[in-house]
Amino acid sequence: MAETPLVRFAGVQKSYDGITLAVRDLDLDVRRGEFLTLLGPSGSGKTTTLMMLAGFETPSGGEILFDGRPITRTPPHRRNFGMVFQNYALFPHLTVGDNVAYPLTVRRVPAAEREQRVATALEMVRLGGLTARRPDQLSGGQRQRVALARALVFDPAMVLMDEPLGALDKQLREHMQVELKDLHRRLGVTFVYVTHDQGEALAMSDRVAVFNDGALQQVDTAERLYEEPANRFVSGFVGDNTALAGRVAAIDRDFADVALECNATLRGRLIGPAAPGAAVQVAIRPERVVVRESGGPNTVPATVQDIVYLGDHLRLRCGIDERTTATVKHPVGSGSPPAIGARTHLEFPAEHVRIYP
Amino acid sequence: MEAVADTMVDVRAALRRDARRRTATALLLVLPLALFLLLTFLVPIGALLWRAVDNPEIARAVPRTVAALARWDAESPAPDAAYAAFVADLLALREQTDAGMLARRLNTEVGGARSLVMNAWRAQPLPATGDAAAVRAQLIALDPRWEEPWIWQAIAKNGARLTPDYLLAAVDLKRTTDGSIVTMDADRSAFRRILARTFGIAAIVTAITLVLAYPLAWWLSTMAPRRANVLLIIVLVPFWTSILVRVAAWIVLLQSGGLVNQTLRGIGLIDEPLALLFNRTGVVIAMVHILLPFMVLPLYSVMKSIPREYVRAAVSLGSHPLAAFVRVYVPQTYAGVAAGGLLVFILAIGYYVTPALLGGPEDQMLSYSVAQYANVHLDWGMACALGSVLLAATLVLYAVYRRFARMEPALA
Repeated sequence: MAETPLVRFAGVQKSYDGITLAVRDLDLDVRRGEFLTLLGPSGSGKTTTLMMLAGFETPSGGEILFDGRPITRTPPHRRNFGMVFQNYALFPHLTVGDNVAYPLTVRRVPAAEREQRVATALEMVRLGGLTARRPDQLSGGQRQRVALARALVFDPAMVLMDEPLGALDKQLREHMQVELKDLHRRLGVTFVYVTHDQGEALAMSDRVAVFNDGALQQVDTAERLYEEPANRFVSGFVGDNTALAGRVAAIDRDFADVALECNATLRGRLIGPAAPGAAVQVAIRPERVVVRESGGPNTVPATVQDIVYLGDHLRLRCGIDERTTATVKHPVGSGSPPAIGARTHLEFPAEHVRIYP
Repeated sequence: MEAVADTMVDVRAALRRDARRRTATALLLVLPLALFLLLTFLVPIGALLWRAVDNPEIARAVPRTVAALARWDAESPAPDAAYAAFVADLLALREQTDAGMLARRLNTEVGGARSLVMNAWRAQPLPATGDAAAVRAQLIALDPRWEEPWIWQAIAKNGARLTPDYLLAAVDLKRTTDGSIVTMDADRSAFRRILARTFGIAAIVTAITLVLAYPLAWWLSTMAPRRANVLLIIVLVPFWTSILVRVAAWIVLLQSGGLVNQTLRGIGLIDEPLALLFNRTGVVIAMVHILLPFMVLPLYSVMKSIPREYVRAAVSLGSHPLAAFVRVYVPQTYAGVAAGGLLVFILAIGYYVTPALLGGPEDQMLSYSVAQYANVHLDWGMACALGSVLLAATLVLYAVYRRFARMEPALA
């Protein structure tokens, strides 16, 4: 049987202006102890969703349940969720120690215990000994860790993070991703994380909720999100993708034949309902495309336009017609590499081709 | 090795040349302003400070007398040589205005000195010459007061070109004839009281502007910049009219039959009209009105730079929104509070027109005394000494502000 989710969004809506919906009819469960990422482009409603969960925004409709109890009208300071902001939001007039102690002083924890817990929390993010520093004396990564320690020190019921790594450079960001993931595993606290960076989402999360245009598109594990995107948006937003336009020629149970504009016909898995003749999109991941010397079933003739050497693989940009290009991930050392300008054939294996209405 | 060292020397020389060129450019760019400030700010302040200690009248008019009194003990009767020297000095004063200046200067020291000196000057030349004792006798015959020591004490005390007397008087101190510094008699002292009143009014005005401006600035800082700019212009409206027009408007509004009193009586809050004019209340109301923008603007600029995330973060950590505001937001505005408070306070202690027109005699501030001495008594020494006290107070305040700003590096 299904246990009660930690958080349940039930038909939640949010509108700022009364005309457009920033979040529409959101039904989403946050499972106990999971690392859930809300992913989407800016304006997709992911941050609004997080702010409603934190209590800084009130839903225009629907209910948010925490442990089965509605918290829609609970003020943010009574929700007991730790929160990490993009700009860290460390109080500049307090030392690192006082920043981390803040939630404890609010909860009237005795001084001795407070000191102990602050030290433990700073130790946990590997910042022991920096208690007396001021936030402006810390590097970006250190500030991020202090913000994390502050959000964790009071044993919150859940930790919310609003693009916490957005301000860090790439190397530090990747390092912090590993640390966050590790911290989550050790503490077992539920993390809800907002980002627009799909790489970050795939690398850290147990599950990812993809948002677009105020609506939840798909909630799934990173692998299923990548391998089995539920719709055009998810397939385009998560990971690289070659997308070709065409019309349904024939339908055969889960599969369909699509006539492309370049006169080739491709067979692939049909995702969602479509009638013969309907305009569809054919999508395939670059690593699933195979370069062939000659034509065959499910192949499209193409011209190699550009080759980028990326160490472990080559990335080919192949022109199918004037307007359409396909991206191909070609392993190094697997056969002779094609040359720029060469006529070639691209095989799209039917089991990896996904057809979106 | 040597080649490398040579190259380094060249590089350093080039760097120095470059730095010199940049400094020269910078100096050229600020030169007009620096000259302007020198002529309109530093020189007048220097003149003010100089005049506060400058004491030329007596040293210039009666130099021989001053020399003759140099070793006098100021208690015993003045030496005969002083009488002779004084008469010689009077003879040397050709113009009546010169004698008049001496007489007026001595009169500010001791009452009755004016007639004494002017009569002696008009009696010149005295018949006897040469013998000092005879000169003394003639002068005493002219007016027996010449035998008393006080006029000689006044001359001896002010014989020096520089005097601390004005500055001492500005804080109700005086120098006795034997050179010790004592507090002025209660009936003659006024400046400490006026100084305290000046600081008191400035402190009240600063406190009220802070209380009024803080919520306003906060509200403005939460707005979209375009709307905030429109409202800021409205805040600045008091600057659009002359101070006299504003004061006149306050007189109309605050008088016993004025709009404020009529309204309060109309809604039954009071039976008798409140005294709002020609007392402390009127002065404070008008000064707060005029000085409010100087508090709003620094507060607004500081508050605008504080992201909303801070209070949100504090709330998310379990703080009640009000506690979060007090513990997290307010401390970050201290720099603005300090800047606005300093600005308003320093401007307020120099106020003259508003208290003069809206206040009673007990509401006049130090500037009023400055104007009184400069325009009515023509005593520039006293006027400048009082001005110096204001200047010193301003500098002390600024030093306190700097110390405060240094203690809070995160705010500076």
